[in-house]
Amino acid sequence: MSFVSHAEEGHESGDKKTEIKEYIQHHLLDSHDFALTSYTNEDGETVHVGFPLPVILWDDGLKVFMSSKLHHGEAVAEVGGNYYKSYHNKIYKTDAEGTIELDEHHHPTNVKPLDLSITKNVAVIFLVGLLMFFLFKGLAASYAKNSGIAKGIGRFLEPIVLYVRDDIAIPNIGEKKYKKYMPYLLTVFFFVWFVNLLGLTPLGVNVTNSISVTIALALITFLITNLTGTKDYWKHIFDPLGDSMPWYGKLPIYIILVPIEILGIFIKPFALLIRLYANIKAGHIVLMSLIGLMFLFKSWLGSSLSFGLTFAISLIELLVALLQAYIFTMLSALYFGFASETHEHAEEHDGEIQHL
Amino acid sequence: MEKLLGEFSIGLFFWQTILFVALLLLLRKFAWKPILNAVNDREEGIKNALDSAEKAKREMANLQADNEKLLKEARAEREAMMKEARDLKNKMIEDAKSEAQEQANKLIAQAQASIETEKKAAIAELKSQVANLSIDIAEKVVKDELSNKEKQMKLVESMLGEAKLN
Repeated sequence: MSFVSHAEEGHESGDKKTEIKEYIQHHLLDSHDFALTSYTNEDGETVHVGFPLPVILWDDGLKVFMSSKLHHGEAVAEVGGNYYKSYHNKIYKTDAEGTIELDEHHHPTNVKPLDLSITKNVAVIFLVGLLMFFLFKGLAASYAKNSGIAKGIGRFLEPIVLYVRDDIAIPNIGEKKYKKYMPYLLTVFFFVWFVNLLGLTPLGVNVTNSISVTIALALITFLITNLTGTKDYWKHIFDPLGDSMPWYGKLPIYIILVPIEILGIFIKPFALLIRLYANIKAGHIVLMSLIGLMFLFKSWLGSSLSFGLTFAISLIELLVALLQAYIFTMLSALYFGFASETHEHAEEHDGEIQHL
Repeated sequence: MEKLLGEFSIGLFFWQTILFVALLLLLRKFAWKPILNAVNDREEGIKNALDSAEKAKREMANLQADNEKLLKEARAEREAMMKEARDLKNKMIEDAKSEAQEQANKLIAQAQASIETEKKAAIAELKSQVANLSIDIAEKVVKDELSNKEKQMKLVESMLGEAKLN
């Protein structure tokens, strides 16, 4: 941990607090290289341990270079006559000296090229994808090999797959239509869970507390929900009262009701993405603040208390990692259930009208 | 909100979408479909096995009932056969008895008849012997008593008359 190295005698605790705060802030951001740890050597230089990742920029043509060129924001990378510098983990186009011009809100005013780099989070996403692919392909293969019985790690994974099917998909979507949504539900469940778990390792992975990732996930849920929406789903949004009322009676209600329903289409996935993002991010902040406290207290009582607390919160975070994956999948399934419902009540309403 | 938007990175969003969709499609083809199919097949298999076990049980019960019925029928048949046999035996005994009776009666009748003829023959023989005896007597009487011929003849006649009466 880099803040340990700066714990020199004579420093005021205020400095250290700011440093810890900055460190946490830094940790919660994505980065262009896969940093494992960093420390300060005897000469007072910060040494970073990790490996560089490719930086891909679109700036009048594709610019690809390794992030080692950026030297963790300390150096200016010169690629094809253009100069780039990393500032707070964002790459800006600069002049040869690497000047970053800041406005009054301390926001850089430099040009930001389109950054499609393989950042640390992208690398982790890719690795998790590979891991999942081999895990579940193995499970599929073990069925073929052992005449329908899972072997090895599949013994552990199969009940979870069945749980997603029997307790998430079928109750929310229904026996008839759940099959279509199973691949997405299973993928998103295991993806979020694995990534959340990796986030609790000391590797400093923070995929699901990046808003970009949760936006991407929620967007897919949103698209699947609305692209597979049945006639009854859309009728529920634009004509929620059905034939139970004449049109002149519905009109004043619909002026309020229909916009709310339409807003609801977007609020649902939005709540999904914020929930996942905020829960994981809050967990990371709390955990790292507690770890930081250990170094602030510097007393055997305070530090060990803080350690115990960190341990307890870590256990809770393990649960949260699973819980958030479950909630994301569960709510996605619920929305798919809304989308794929064929309204049985519609017929009942018709029947009632006929009786009247 | 501004901070939230500041955190948004198009690159990460782009890669997450691409990688996730790719993962989804790959897993759907190579993992989820085979897994869910295998699990479904297994569940179907278990269901079928249970069904067929139930069916087998029912068949067994049917078979047992059939067996019971057959056994009952066989028993009834045996009973009937035995009754028939008993009846036949009784009838045969009866027949034999009556035949024997008839035979015996016949024999007795024959015996009686033969006794009768024997008796008649005996009587006839007796009669002839008596006659001979009488003649012998008469001879002797004649021999002994030639004098009293008249008296003797009377005696003979009366004796003969007596014999005839017998």
